[in-house]
Amino acid sequence: MNGAQDLGGAQGFGPVVPEPDEPVFHAAWERRVFAMALAMGYTGAWNLDGSRAARESLPPAEYLASSYYAIWLKALETQITATGLATPAEMQSGKAAEPAKPVARTLARDGLEARFRAGFPSSRAADAPARFAVDDAVIARNIHPTGHTRLPRYVRGKRGRIVRVDGVFVFPDTSAHGAGENPTWLYTVAFTAQELWGEDGDPGGIVTVAAFEPYLEPA
Amino acid sequence: MSHHHADHDHAHHGSDLSPIEARVRALESLLTEKGYVDPAALDALVELYETKVGPHAGARVVARAWVDPEFRARLLADATPAIAELDIGGRGGEHMVVVENTPETHNLVVCTLCSCYPWPVLGLPPVWYKAPPYRARAVIDPRGVLVEFGVTLPETTRITVWDSTAETRYMVLPMRPAETRGFTEDALAALVTRDSMIGTGLPKALPVAPVEASV
Repeated sequence: MNGAQDLGGAQGFGPVVPEPDEPVFHAAWERRVFAMALAMGYTGAWNLDGSRAARESLPPAEYLASSYYAIWLKALETQITATGLATPAEMQSGKAAEPAKPVARTLARDGLEARFRAGFPSSRAADAPARFAVDDAVIARNIHPTGHTRLPRYVRGKRGRIVRVDGVFVFPDTSAHGAGENPTWLYTVAFTAQELWGEDGDPGGIVTVAAFEPYLEPA
Repeated sequence: MSHHHADHDHAHHGSDLSPIEARVRALESLLTEKGYVDPAALDALVELYETKVGPHAGARVVARAWVDPEFRARLLADATPAIAELDIGGRGGEHMVVVENTPETHNLVVCTLCSCYPWPVLGLPPVWYKAPPYRARAVIDPRGVLVEFGVTLPETTRITVWDSTAETRYMVLPMRPAETRGFTEDALAALVTRDSMIGTGLPKALPVAPVEASV
């Protein structure tokens, strides 16, 4: 969706302000939100794409005014409600009023580190040949899905070149909405800065995005 | 009681908590009561990502690539298994791509759509990486962003920006600083900053060599 999360090329946000000796978390509650979001994701009640979709579905003004982990918290509450794992009233009181719903699995302390150090790959087996090859000229489609997508606005309609065929991955546009993994070819596509930004582009500059096959058409 | 309440032992009453603290605590109580989360597992997740996973891991990868040309070649060809040779990997780094800085090309990593970042090698991202100014400007004004980080590149150095729009995760292999011939891998790793692996910085400058004592 053309939401507030799609920030590439936006102006007016001011300078980047790094924080010297920045801590990993800035408040105790951030630690708990981070861990709850990961642990609830692990239950299988939703997936990572669904979490991203929930975060970027916040109203734009609220998204931009919220701190990072506040966005995570609001999205987590939304997903818990949407999947029926708990009600808003229960979340407000902190006490269960209804029985728990079964979940596929829960995250235990034992073996947790090994599981997270092993990771959760999103690559899948190919069941069709790739449509594009390295050096193919492509155009990012000028599409505006109202659901989750990973094609940023600033490349839509722009002409680029395939620089790597990354493999086959879960397709976020369907996975986010419970419509299946639909394993899809993924490519790294390079655009010149001047194709993207005209004469304001950095001379000689390149910007690459990772783009799924349905986002692209032959140039 | 599990030790996760150690963070806020000072607050014994709801009224002592800020609204968001109260909201988060209520949520954790509820999810625990329902059996969806185990507070001990949450503690372990926090411990893992606050104290164990961090840019020291990426620095080891970079230092190895600087001293071992065959490792460097494997790293640039297929980064995930190469990084796994150092027992580094996991969530947020399942599909790694390493991009190499040269005198001709400087690489810069961003996630314009959210906060994708190579956790196993760099840890959790800093706030500026996740915040709108960097996400907005890295793709349209990378040279200006670099100046704000104190990095002024020669005009002849071209910039490639890698927008992390899928599950591939990028790490920059910075150029090895001059005057480091004969350095051990550990000494080299100590020069590798987090920002130099995002592309917003360069490896640490070497300390000025002590002038030979003439007394």
